[in-house]
Amino acid sequence: MTTTTPPAPPVRSTPAPPKTASSAARDALSGRWASAAAIVIAILWTLPTFGLLVSSFRPEAEVKSNGWWNVVTDPQFTLDSYRQVITGADVDLATYLINSVVITIPAVLIPISLAVMASYAFAWIPFRGRDTLFVAVFALQIVPIQVTMIPLLRLYVDPPFNLMPLAGNDAPGGGFYTVWISHTIFALPLAIFLLHNFMREIPGELIESARVDGAGHVQIFSKIMLPLMTPAIAAFGIFQFLWVWNDLLVALVFAGGNPSVSPLTVRLAALAGQRGEDWHLLSAGAFVSLVVPLIVFLSLQRYFVRGLLAGSVKG
Amino acid sequence: MTSTDKLIQMAIAVALFFAVTGAILLLTTRLRSRSGERVQAAAFIAPSLLLIAIGLLYPALRTIYQSFFGSSYEPLVGADGANFVGLDNYRRIFTSEDLLQVLQNTAIWVVLTPILATGFGLIYAVLVDRTRFEKFAKALIFLPMAISLVGASIIWKFVYDYKASEQGQLGVLNGLLKAVGLDTYRFLLTEPWNTFFLIVIIVWVQAGFAMTILSAAIKAIPDDIVEAAKLDGVNGLKLFRYITVPSIRPSLIVVLTTISITTLKVFDIVRTATGGQFGTSVLAYEFYVQSFRSFDFGLGAALATLIFILVLPIVVYNIRQMRRLEAR
Repeated sequence: MTTTTPPAPPVRSTPAPPKTASSAARDALSGRWASAAAIVIAILWTLPTFGLLVSSFRPEAEVKSNGWWNVVTDPQFTLDSYRQVITGADVDLATYLINSVVITIPAVLIPISLAVMASYAFAWIPFRGRDTLFVAVFALQIVPIQVTMIPLLRLYVDPPFNLMPLAGNDAPGGGFYTVWISHTIFALPLAIFLLHNFMREIPGELIESARVDGAGHVQIFSKIMLPLMTPAIAAFGIFQFLWVWNDLLVALVFAGGNPSVSPLTVRLAALAGQRGEDWHLLSAGAFVSLVVPLIVFLSLQRYFVRGLLAGSVKG
Repeated sequence: MTSTDKLIQMAIAVALFFAVTGAILLLTTRLRSRSGERVQAAAFIAPSLLLIAIGLLYPALRTIYQSFFGSSYEPLVGADGANFVGLDNYRRIFTSEDLLQVLQNTAIWVVLTPILATGFGLIYAVLVDRTRFEKFAKALIFLPMAISLVGASIIWKFVYDYKASEQGQLGVLNGLLKAVGLDTYRFLLTEPWNTFFLIVIIVWVQAGFAMTILSAAIKAIPDDIVEAAKLDGVNGLKLFRYITVPSIRPSLIVVLTTISITTLKVFDIVRTATGGQFGTSVLAYEFYVQSFRSFDFGLGAALATLIFILVLPIVVYNIRQMRRLEAR
């Protein structure tokens, strides 16, 4: 802790004041002020979401004519807006919800599996040039995804060596492959780096003794590593889930505005642009897209914090 | 394609993937020798490496190359490569009035967002530390992190909603303005302040991140330091200023730099809230517009490269700080 030595507080020279009634009162006061400030911040942070949530349950005419705070004096609630955004033909979020699910599941499973394998090799199989290679992978984290988009899109549309194009009208898998592969690529450097760090924490004796007992790398990997790595995998998994589910840029570029492949975020962004005054639709639509990540987030919060503290912030 | 078709396609993709990786594992199980180990390492690493090389390394180099050429994607038009423009794309960024405004907005975003988000996160983390409702209180600030930036922008557009003063107000802020007898205000349309109201959205999202990291750092301050300071009569604000902040300095730097990196690349908020109009565009959004709306691939590539150049020093500094944090 070389950089963190605190400078001596200037009051140190004076003797500690005895605990008097006045100092106790001051403590209590500052405690009360502190609580008040915390409550104010908490309200500021919650109120915007709360307002939209309330609006999503109000009748259309009410949402469009007066503020949501009027529910206090005139409570009217309905599920009409939800019915309209989910199944109504003009908004049809149900289709996009399916798209989001279809995009997200492979885009979480595939990069994690690839990264677990690669990070195992980087951590526990010695070979020449290993460290250089690892640093190179790590360094590629810094590439902003914007820098890669156009050439990558070109590769999908018009691949070299007469390979099958992954984008276009008769693309395999209806065009989902470009989105899956892109999310996988963008996740890999960070995933490998994080999982490698977790794997290095596992004691080497464990691996050594397993090797002495005649276990190969594949057995060690599947029988020892995977079970031990479950919390780390969960930590990265929830991050990847939130990135993919909440992503707009990758979906816009690689799904190319094709409605049969676009996720909820794309539809919602379009809705905000085209029907900016239809707050009953926007509010309900926003909450349809929020429900899934909120559930995942709240139920796996423990792992999420763990991942944050380990450095899961995408470059 | 029907929904069932899509789900089937997804199942096929996942099954295909696991079949391939399963085969790699099975085929390399029997290898025990030294050279066998090398084959195993290659089999474990090659898929990831291949994807990274094709999907990150090549495109990044290609984009940097592209930024020296004109608007079409194929850089070499004709035999003489007449499309080469040298540094013209970059010159345009730094001379065109619209793009200078974009640069200025980006600078405001990158300076204000980390400071405000970290400030709120730190104050809140200190305020709720070791209180009875700590877990619940933190969850409230934390939640916006689970929300997409599109969702966050919609939530705030509703807060900022504008109606003429004599009409009924839908947005909370204009409702408040009207309640105290003031005229309503076009939060997202009035330059130059609309940029600040967009920044509020990202601060709202990022404060939870700052709070989480800083709260963990605060809890890691050794009790005896705090106790000793308290015995010396250091309390309240002084304790915060002279003990808490210096003790968590490395974490503070990591949080500040991480948020500024994130901010440089944010494009969802501008796109959803204003569509880049009314003088609110930023670099990451302008990249998208030039590349995918105007199809000016040269300028788009130059904008992307500029983001890269701006991010680079912050990332290097950020990583060095993180190393230092871990080494403790």
